[in-house]
Amino acid sequence: MKNMSKQLKSNLITYGIVIVFYLLMMILKGTGNLSSLYRGLLVPICVYTIMAVSLNLTVGILGELSLGHAGFMCVGAFTSALFSMLLRDSGMNSIVRFIIAILLGALVAALAGVIIGIPVLRLKGDYLAIVTLAFGEIIKNVVNVLYVGRDSNGVHVSFKDAASLNLLPDGEVIVKGPQGITGTPNDSTFTIGIIMLIIVLFVVINFVNSRSGRAVMAIRDNRIAAESVGINISKFKLMAFAISASMAGAAGALYAHNLATLNALPKNFGYNMSIMILVYVVLGGIGNIRGSVIAATILTVLPELLRGFSDYRMLIYSVVLIALMLFNWSPKILDFRSKYSVKNWISKKRDNKEEV
Amino acid sequence: MTRIAGREKVMSFLNYLISGLSLGSVYAIIALGYTMVYGIAKMLNFAHGDVIMVGGFAVYMSMNALGLNPILAVIVSIIVCTVLGIVIEKVAYKPLRKATPLAVLITAIGVSYFLQNLALLIFGSDAKLFTSVVNIKAISLANGQITITGETIVTIVVCIIIMVVLSLFIKKTKAGQAMLAVSEDKEAAELMGINVNKTISLTFAIGSGLAGIAGALLCSAYPTLTPYTGSMPGIKAFVAAVFGGIGSIPGALIGGLLLGVIENLSKAYISSQMADAIVFSVLIIVLLVKPTGLLGKKISEKV
Repeated sequence: MKNMSKQLKSNLITYGIVIVFYLLMMILKGTGNLSSLYRGLLVPICVYTIMAVSLNLTVGILGELSLGHAGFMCVGAFTSALFSMLLRDSGMNSIVRFIIAILLGALVAALAGVIIGIPVLRLKGDYLAIVTLAFGEIIKNVVNVLYVGRDSNGVHVSFKDAASLNLLPDGEVIVKGPQGITGTPNDSTFTIGIIMLIIVLFVVINFVNSRSGRAVMAIRDNRIAAESVGINISKFKLMAFAISASMAGAAGALYAHNLATLNALPKNFGYNMSIMILVYVVLGGIGNIRGSVIAATILTVLPELLRGFSDYRMLIYSVVLIALMLFNWSPKILDFRSKYSVKNWISKKRDNKEEV
Repeated sequence: MTRIAGREKVMSFLNYLISGLSLGSVYAIIALGYTMVYGIAKMLNFAHGDVIMVGGFAVYMSMNALGLNPILAVIVSIIVCTVLGIVIEKVAYKPLRKATPLAVLITAIGVSYFLQNLALLIFGSDAKLFTSVVNIKAISLANGQITITGETIVTIVVCIIIMVVLSLFIKKTKAGQAMLAVSEDKEAAELMGINVNKTISLTFAIGSGLAGIAGALLCSAYPTLTPYTGSMPGIKAFVAAVFGGIGSIPGALIGGLLLGVIENLSKAYISSQMADAIVFSVLIIVLLVKPTGLLGKKISEKV
């Protein structure tokens, strides 16, 4: 254990936390100590932690503020749900079908990441943020006018309405514009979610410690210096962005297969969701992967914990958000904290002892 | 026959154009608040849209509960929003002057949620029917083929007045010059004896006061009021500010007007569901061609 590098230890702790959390939840579930409310939260926790880790790759490691991450989730969700619906009656094993659906969702989201990333990553700072926000809204908007149907002739796509699909009488409309997709097979389970989370963690942690990851961080810290030592800026930026997008797509697949009805609302795929995920990342610590996991879990559960206060819960949530930021950054509070912190108190005592 | 049909088409186009300009003027007033705050404090004030909503409720309450006349109601709304802006700045943003921009952004989001949910608690989620603050009759031109509503006239006139007054304020007064100096270089401004903190607070106060006016005008043109009324116009006005070049006052005007016109015309001629997507696509195209917006300054990079 002693020979282990500090980094490896820290990574093992991250995996350990996830596995312990999983075992704990499974035990609670098995012994029937988990109310149905919390059982319903298990898959969303996985979805949002994956989203937070994936956004942390863009915000923390790549150093670019993205406000359109929910758009990639939307792409992954609809692609995978559409795939599952098309193959629903094919008699394929549901687990195999779900795995392919997740991979497909991730792949298409990565493609969207590349297509969006090529123009967007030329911009900087707040301009990049607003353009990602714009792309997120465009994706949501396009999905809301998308109609896909199937009949014996094959698959039809329209951006107008269900009637213009020209389906034969035996056809069925799968994606119904604003009504979205209904009847997606309920394949998402907590176990699959946790496995996905561990894979995502593994990919991100290894990426950060790889040659490419170091190049990405060099670009974040000083773009011009990185360029001058021969790092291909666009390539590495795009790589990180695409990986981040693909993970969001996978999270979207998990999300889609957890719901009976999937539709793109401002609430689930709008900029509000992107901001929500950003809140997880910032509260967990920008660039800190473990922090993202913990913050996403706590903040997903918190509104449910506050359900007893029903009307006041979102108000309390917002106050907690502001208070946490002030607690971490306000100079007065920082002074107060350093004056009265337990750590200081202990070390002062020790100093006094040494003096004696 | 075709000539008459052609004429009708032109007239309906003009109608859409005028209502687009009216919507654009509201966006421009909101965008001003964004652009001034961004120019000086370098922060995206996400709560700005919700201040507009508070302004709307202030007008609604003072007209319906207190029975004030519309002009007094708008003044009440300006006062409420200005005070609110100052309080928000004091409590939430001022302690974070030295924090990372992201921490400030999250705080602004927190404030935005707070205002929305407070309004939800007080007023409930059902939409309130807003009585217009404008009681000027609509004008009809060209044998009634073009109608310009009173709201449209007032909105456009108010927008122009605000632009002129604000430009004069920044050019001619000491406080305005201080704002300009702070937005150029905070440290240098401080060395010149400018009270940076006060200047930032003043900017917030002005931006929020404008939000009060915008709230009254927005709700007069689109007479439903909910706790979420401000959030989408807020985002769009922010887009308008970026579109015109964030930090630039004429940029906010041009960005706002263009955005309003594009949105209205695409709603009329392309697809009402896709209007937002078209607005955002135009923004993306503009930013790709001119990465700092239409009137934004070009920033040279230092090594």
